[in-house]
Amino acid sequence: MDLLNALVAILNFVVIPAAAYGAQLALGALGVTLIYGILRFSNFAHGDTMAFGTAIVILLTWGLQALGIGFGPLPTALLALPLGIALTAALALLTDRWVYRHYRQVRAAPIVVVMASVGVMFVMNGLTRLVIGVDEIQFADGARFVISVPQFKAMTGLTEGLALRTTQAITLVIAALSVWALFAFLNRTRAGKAMRAYADNEDLALLSGIDPDRVVRLTWIIATGLAVLAGTLYGLDKSFKAFNYFQILLPVFAAAIVGGLGSPLGAIAGGFLIAFSEVALTYPWKKIAEYLGFEPAGLMQMLGTEYKLAISFVILIVVLLVRPTGLFRGKAY
Amino acid sequence: MNRFLIATAVVALTAGGALAQDVKLGVSLGFTGPLESMAPSMLKGAELAAKEASDSGKLLEGGTVTVVQADNTCADAAASVTAVERLVTSEKVNGIVGGMCSGETIASLERVAVPNGMVMIAPSATSPALSTIDDKGFFFRTAPSDARQGEVMADIITERGIKNVAVTYTNNDYGKGLADSFAEAFKAKGGSITINAPHDDGKADYSAEVAALASAGGDALVVAGYVDQGGSGIVRGSLDSGAFDTFVFTDGMVTQALVDKFGTELEHSFGQNPSAEGEGRDAFIALARDAGFEGSDAFAAESYDAAALILLAMQAAKSTDPRVYKDKVMDVANAPGEKIMPGQLARALELVAAGTDIDYVGASAVELVGPGESAGSYREVEFKGGTLTPVRTR
Repeated sequence: MDLLNALVAILNFVVIPAAAYGAQLALGALGVTLIYGILRFSNFAHGDTMAFGTAIVILLTWGLQALGIGFGPLPTALLALPLGIALTAALALLTDRWVYRHYRQVRAAPIVVVMASVGVMFVMNGLTRLVIGVDEIQFADGARFVISVPQFKAMTGLTEGLALRTTQAITLVIAALSVWALFAFLNRTRAGKAMRAYADNEDLALLSGIDPDRVVRLTWIIATGLAVLAGTLYGLDKSFKAFNYFQILLPVFAAAIVGGLGSPLGAIAGGFLIAFSEVALTYPWKKIAEYLGFEPAGLMQMLGTEYKLAISFVILIVVLLVRPTGLFRGKAY
Repeated sequence: MNRFLIATAVVALTAGGALAQDVKLGVSLGFTGPLESMAPSMLKGAELAAKEASDSGKLLEGGTVTVVQADNTCADAAASVTAVERLVTSEKVNGIVGGMCSGETIASLERVAVPNGMVMIAPSATSPALSTIDDKGFFFRTAPSDARQGEVMADIITERGIKNVAVTYTNNDYGKGLADSFAEAFKAKGGSITINAPHDDGKADYSAEVAALASAGGDALVVAGYVDQGGSGIVRGSLDSGAFDTFVFTDGMVTQALVDKFGTELEHSFGQNPSAEGEGRDAFIALARDAGFEGSDAFAAESYDAAALILLAMQAAKSTDPRVYKDKVMDVANAPGEKIMPGQLARALELVAAGTDIDYVGASAVELVGPGESAGSYREVEFKGGTLTPVRTR
């Protein structure tokens, strides 16, 4: 019984929250890594693309709710997602046309493009605030819990409770589905293979008749789709606040770099690694130890929670020192 | 240099010619940032006092008060220093109602107000560190020190029969000061604290913090944070994961915004914020209603009192020079003298002009003690049925 209690406590406070957060980071990092691999620059505007896309999804959600359309126990925002992604992707394509295409044509150094993306980031930043404001917005509706603490306790009779929020479950399911779809697309379809070829060797890809503009367009659409997905899932799970999406850029980049920039598999691994180490390394194991029959004197906490952000960066530094291309051998331009 | 002297002389002559002296009152609050939802009502409180004094026609022989706002962001000390510097050097205000948060108040006081000889009366900066700061007599506050809030909170918790609590505080001067003073008071009463952990505001995810607090355990969770920031993130996470269902909220959390966010989920929770009751408070709430805002909003009353104290001290010193009137602030605020309620500023100005002593009570029962800070009365609140209900004042 005590062993079960210990297990449930770990699940409830470490595994489930970290897995949901990790999935959100992984989706964000996938977008960053795709753009890095194919368009060859670090897109600092990614966090604000997430914010802008989520803002559009929220507006559409309100529209649907006003029309009385719901999605049963699931959040209405999921219905608004496809159109939200389409609108944001349109904006991303326009941005590419107005800003990034020029730098591709003059074959600018990657660092120049990165700086241009910082500019785009500030514009997006302002645009999001103009569209939806700076306030915190809760837009999750439908059932709140798949299983709540009181339900779980009543079902099992354990002293520890387990909660699984609908948004956490949705996050995990949607993340798994989209990762599967992305890999199927990259490995099986002509367009996906063209994208990989373009990423591997641009000149050779052009020689073999791959249309570069098409590859660029596809990359933006997919990366933006992933960004809006990540942003919406994050917003559903926590809440939407434009400023927080700017902050999340740091762990997202840490995840992409740890996994290896340019490697989709690495981005996923990186996302979960960062999320799990943030939660697990700052978790006080006192309660678990007590269930297992020990009587710890202290909290058995490795690091105070105020250092959790530092953990991502220590991992980042270690990886960069020991294996500069990341865990999954990314690229370096 | 000569030209400067002549200019000064001309200005002095023209200024001397008109008897009425106009007052520029700076208001330094965090209109954006972690307490942005509190700032509007606080500004309205200060403006109300300014308008009352102007309309009376009795302030410094018929002077009017203009209010100048500055956004100190609450969280960013450098931004606050810049904002207050603008008030002092370019707007040339005669006194400042502010700052709002403890960290930025300390910074702007030490780096701008004291060197430039400017009076600051803070309505909501509550860190114990401000009690011992070397302010050269330029700093006062109508808010009590958190050393007092810590004791009151320890009393409330103990009286409700709760013996061990977990504490989470926002990682700044306000949170740390309050958490420390509470820990000391609570331990002295025989309570125990399972964990005393900071949280940073504006983070993407609070599962790590919630997990740590839950593992340490406790019968209640003390949240010394901000409602627009990490404080609410922690509460959300704790409720969802079933880590805690009883919360104790400090003044940064006890607002209508908290109730709007969590509604009936706070059934067992309680908290306290500085707030007086009695004749003065009722009078202020009525005044505020006529002016179109909610007088019971956090620190609105304290802001009204801060502005009123500055203006009354000017009247007493017959000068708008902060270096002169700073010595009069304690005189007008405390006994002996005729008691002054909100809405009676005209009468107070008249009395002071005639040289009669007054005892400004105001909206928050002002009684300045020690280094010029409010003695502090708090109201204990509960959240039963999804509404914020005051239980009693202590």
